[in-house]
Amino acid sequence: MLGLAIAAMAGLGATWISLTRGSAYGGVTIGAWTGWPKNGTPGIDPYARAMVARTGELPVGSGDGVAFYARTDDAGQPLDGRCDVLLSGTTPQARFWTITLYDPEGRLVANSAQRQGFTSQEIVRNGDGSFDIMVGPRVRPGNWLPTGGVDKYVLVLRLYDTPIGMASRTGSEAPMPSVTKRACL
Amino acid sequence: MIRLALWVLGAFLLGGIVHLATVLVLPRMATQDAYARVSAMAPVNSVTPLPGPTPEKALMPFMDPAFQVSVCRYDLSRGPLKFSVPISQAYTSVSFYTRSDVPYYAINDRAAGRRVIELDLMTGAQRAALPENEEITAADRLIVTSPTTAGLIMIRALAPEAGWVPTVRTALAAAQCRPQ
Repeated sequence: MLGLAIAAMAGLGATWISLTRGSAYGGVTIGAWTGWPKNGTPGIDPYARAMVARTGELPVGSGDGVAFYARTDDAGQPLDGRCDVLLSGTTPQARFWTITLYDPEGRLVANSAQRQGFTSQEIVRNGDGSFDIMVGPRVRPGNWLPTGGVDKYVLVLRLYDTPIGMASRTGSEAPMPSVTKRACL
Repeated sequence: MIRLALWVLGAFLLGGIVHLATVLVLPRMATQDAYARVSAMAPVNSVTPLPGPTPEKALMPFMDPAFQVSVCRYDLSRGPLKFSVPISQAYTSVSFYTRSDVPYYAINDRAAGRRVIELDLMTGAQRAALPENEEITAADRLIVTSPTTAGLIMIRALAPEAGWVPTVRTALAAAQCRPQ
């Protein structure tokens, strides 16, 4: 009896943890950003499949693009919507990209500016083609991505029509924007 | 003592099996997966525009708000489908998902290389049943083989700036998905 109880608890517990903690295998991590290019192919692993079935999302197909998620800054601190966070740099080569702010469950975050993200075409760039985006609760000049003051959020950078998904092994050399925490409210 | 240790070891092994079994079975049991969510609003074998995500309401989590999306929920049990969508000015992609939400094929406007992304969707058996000569004349027509009889075609078009939304919607509205 004890044995069966342990078995059931350990088994279901392991399933629950692996599906809610959200770090499946095969991820490509560059700085604060992690992407799972394999999830956009039929080679998606069983854990990612189960996770997708549970959350109801559809992974970006590999012939379409690849999505990178940041839940922390470069120092490993969770992203906090009451702080200013500076995204700075460039993205890997892609025809278009978008950056979007979600709450941890993948819902858009309401804010007075009604802005949930930027596309590569909307962004104001520096002279050298790089960009700075200030993510934070207070109005900023330039590229301001409002957090609505939520305590936790996720940034998703999606690259469309990009060679990076295929060459996931060389992903670590790809340039991704830095994620730096500034002042907090 | 040893007996108890063996019992515990056995229990954890059984736990491992329970874990693997639940992970593998979950995709089949899910009632709130993307296919189920789309099925609630999209009739079979036709193109339905999906509402964009807002902070209050989104059909699926992690949808890209910069895109306008239409879906064709397909069922190939009565035969192959013909699919086409005119490309919009910025970026258009067509992604194919199985009944269990596994992405098995995606193509974008540049890869299609034309003003219209046009293709035939069929099961492996239907493709094998194509007459030989038709296979040859089909050389310049794109055939996509679906691993499952049912599934989803997601048609996504980017509006790089808010002002583009009406044009992008117009292009998507011309998408077609119908039995041959």
